[in-house]
Amino acid sequence: MSIIENHQTNGTPFSDNAKLRARDVQVFYGEKQAIYDVSLDIGANEVIALIGPSGCGKSTFLRCLNRMNDTIDICNIKGEILLDGENIYDPKVDVVPLRARVGMVFQKPNPFPKSIYDNIAYGPRIHGLANSRVDLDEIVEKSLQRAGLWNEVKDRLHAPGTGLSGGQQQRLCIARTIAVDPEVILMDEPCSALDPIATAKIEELIDELRENYTIAIVTHSMQQAARVSQRTAYFHMGQLIEVNPTDQVFTTPQHSLTEAYITGRFG
Amino acid sequence: MEMNFNQHISGQFNADLEAIRNHMMGMGGLVERQVANAIDAICSGDTSQADDIIRREDEVDKMEVTIDNECTQILVRRQPAASDLRMVLAVSRVVRDLERIGDEACKIAIHALEVADKGRSEICQQAMRYMGAEVVKMISGALDAFARHDVDGAIEVVRNDKLVDNQYAAALRELMTYMMEDPRSISQAINILWILRAIERIGDHARNISEQVIYLVSGADVRHSSLTEIEEQAAKD
Repeated sequence: MSIIENHQTNGTPFSDNAKLRARDVQVFYGEKQAIYDVSLDIGANEVIALIGPSGCGKSTFLRCLNRMNDTIDICNIKGEILLDGENIYDPKVDVVPLRARVGMVFQKPNPFPKSIYDNIAYGPRIHGLANSRVDLDEIVEKSLQRAGLWNEVKDRLHAPGTGLSGGQQQRLCIARTIAVDPEVILMDEPCSALDPIATAKIEELIDELRENYTIAIVTHSMQQAARVSQRTAYFHMGQLIEVNPTDQVFTTPQHSLTEAYITGRFG
Repeated sequence: MEMNFNQHISGQFNADLEAIRNHMMGMGGLVERQVANAIDAICSGDTSQADDIIRREDEVDKMEVTIDNECTQILVRRQPAASDLRMVLAVSRVVRDLERIGDEACKIAIHALEVADKGRSEICQQAMRYMGAEVVKMISGALDAFARHDVDGAIEVVRNDKLVDNQYAAALRELMTYMMEDPRSISQAINILWILRAIERIGDHARNISEQVIYLVSGADVRHSSLTEIEEQAAKD
């Protein structure tokens, strides 16, 4: 298959109340183009799911949103990504605070080799978000509460983070992301390594987090995308084929490629 | 490389979807014959045909349960999406309407026996024959539209349902005239009334099937919509 010439994304890629706006984004790994002219808005306090077959560019695009692709030498990006109207690729932008505002949760839980407390406290400490121990305690508790982990760990905050179960570790990572007061949370297949119960807890958490944060989630699970998101974006060979309200994508998708993918005719 | 988007990666999933479609068509064929035979039984007074219809009603009921279970299994195993989901839901709803049509055919057969019991009657014969033929065509048309994903064919069935409803109203008026003119005919007329009502209900169920065809093809849920609204929706799609 080849890319579709002059494809205009079907559906509703843009929104009025956008937290992040991507315009004509192209990404190259060396000579190889991975993302072709993607323009997409991510609305404030929405959960948007990015789906598509392996290699379609959804994770590459996600990593553009907080400049994680900067860590890949051969990766270069054209186009604009605006966070609250300001281009995050402007040379004047400091990526460290950017990555606090736009946090990321990865597929494999990656707690620091520190205590549960210090896992959460690390970010606020280095970003200067706490003036005192009391402030820090409050941030740690609030973050763990919001991540739905507080009750399970409140009596062992000084135990190592790596000693938790997979699902708990992932919630610890989410709490760590929340602790630096982000505006957007990016999730790259956050439940792939988790059992069904842990997955269900994270999905419920995503729904609660939406009240305070904007969330973009890459997922291989169609059912997960259908459960957790309000809009779904389908990527195919680096192109953004369709973006629509989630229930529409999964009942009456506009584009034949979207239909073929979600019904399991290829992938 | 040309991608084949007609087949799922899972051959078993393909087979499961084919199966529910084929079983539904099989049930549709049986039910269509039940109705045609029931109308024939009225018009010819052949009570053996009526007995046969009543006996086969069981088979229709069993098919509804079996096919519905098959649909449930697909939902559990495959969590289908988009057109596959609409197909499974449509089949599940259509078999329910087919089972109701089967019930109505059975009622017609039972009343045909009662009419025959009271002696042959000419009341509303033409109306029953005409309406009966119409609804048999509607069932066939609706199932055909389902098989061919034919929205226009489905809308045609919805149009015909309006005609059947009008014919029903006219037949009722005729029936009332008979009853007023000759009160001795009331007992027989009441049987005819139930038969006419059953035929009219069959038309409604055939219409329901057509609405599911539109849902299957376009995703639009046109249940409880007027013919005009359905036509406008189709023009938009």
